[in-house]
Amino acid sequence: MKAVEIKKGIYWVGAIDYNLRSFHGYTTPRGTTYNAYLVIDEKTTLIDTVKAPFKDELLKRVSSVVNPKEIDYLIANHVEMDHSGSASAVVEQAGDIEVICTAKGEDFLHAHYPGSTEWNIRTVGSEDTLNIGKRNLSFIPAPMLHWPDTMFTYSASDRVLFSNDGFGQHIATPRRFCDEAGDWNVFGEAQKYYANILMPYSRMAAKKLDELKGVPVDVVCPSHGVIFREKGDINRIVSLYKSWAAGESKEKAVIVYDTMYNSTEKMARAIDDGLRSMGVDTRIFNLRVSDLSDIMSEVLDAAAVIVGSSTLNNGPMPSIGGFLTYLKGLRPRGKIGFAFGSYGWGGGAVKAINQELEATGFELPVEGFQTRFVPGRDALSQSFKRGVQLANQIKRR
Amino acid sequence: MDKYQCTICGYVYDPVKGDPDHGAAAGISFEALPDEWVCPVCGAPKSEFESL
Repeated sequence: MKAVEIKKGIYWVGAIDYNLRSFHGYTTPRGTTYNAYLVIDEKTTLIDTVKAPFKDELLKRVSSVVNPKEIDYLIANHVEMDHSGSASAVVEQAGDIEVICTAKGEDFLHAHYPGSTEWNIRTVGSEDTLNIGKRNLSFIPAPMLHWPDTMFTYSASDRVLFSNDGFGQHIATPRRFCDEAGDWNVFGEAQKYYANILMPYSRMAAKKLDELKGVPVDVVCPSHGVIFREKGDINRIVSLYKSWAAGESKEKAVIVYDTMYNSTEKMARAIDDGLRSMGVDTRIFNLRVSDLSDIMSEVLDAAAVIVGSSTLNNGPMPSIGGFLTYLKGLRPRGKIGFAFGSYGWGGGAVKAINQELEATGFELPVEGFQTRFVPGRDALSQSFKRGVQLANQIKRR
Repeated sequence: MDKYQCTICGYVYDPVKGDPDHGAAAGISFEALPDEWVCPVCGAPKSEFESL
């Protein structure tokens, strides 16, 4: 277990979690990494740590460069436990060490690790720098990207940005750099990460990207996944972030449904046919067999979210409730919504879905559509027409 | 009318602009916002705000 040199004197010393398949519900089919970085100068600085079970991996990688006792500073860009979980172990090993974080970070450290009240902590903000010899490290507080305590660390002399969860992707690979990770769908995983972690804070993300515009960056070191060092890769990830933060959408609709006897599913397929007949790209997800975090990745850059449910006990299916709750929390902006479904007698699902979509901030330009029991030829052609109407609304934007 | 800042995320409530996306029309003072109003950025309650 060796460190990987990124730039002269800067090393990746993180851990690779090949086995992770769920990150508190966010599915991670490719696993993830917890990236920590070691900067060797007159003073030795560790930027972030790793999830607690991986502390030995971190310490071994550090030891391949320096004795962990020699770490002078631990910069905690973000207190979430996947990054701070080995902070106690690092502080114990090092003895004389100063922990650097935002004021919120200090508060959060104490709320996670009672022993941290004994630590030597220095809180920093955008005005502060940390001289570690030839380098002056500076700090870029990035509140709500994605916790209130989050900050980035920047080394101007190396032109390296340690962006913590910003630009992260859940990918476990022995490759450390984006340009070496050809088959790993880096930008797709980055999209899924943004959708599930950063989408609610897009306004803050847009502001931060603007703020970073003039900052020269040769290497972007996120806290999960691969590192960006090629100019083309950096430009690509930054322009994707700009587009996601601005809430830009493609001519694309996401159809999400649950179905009891395939009636609602038949409607979903007819709506899909209508949308596609107009050239709108679509993604269809049966909630019973689909994962919410995968769906949100597609929702991120879709113009419309189309939600169908059979009526069960006068309301939508329970899976729809889970989907709509998660969707609302992610605060998608500027999108079109539409509700549909099959019912038997009283109905209720379409109305409830519409209310929830409206409360989430969706525009509902096409009236919801429900059909009784099994959709016949007429109901299916009505569904198709709704697809066409929705496509026209999407194209009008 | 004072501006108020969210101590959690730094969002500033400006009464001149209000928060029209969440039911607070321009011109409503921070004090007059309903108790259930929360920070539009991070969801913190009114009690987490400080006047600027």
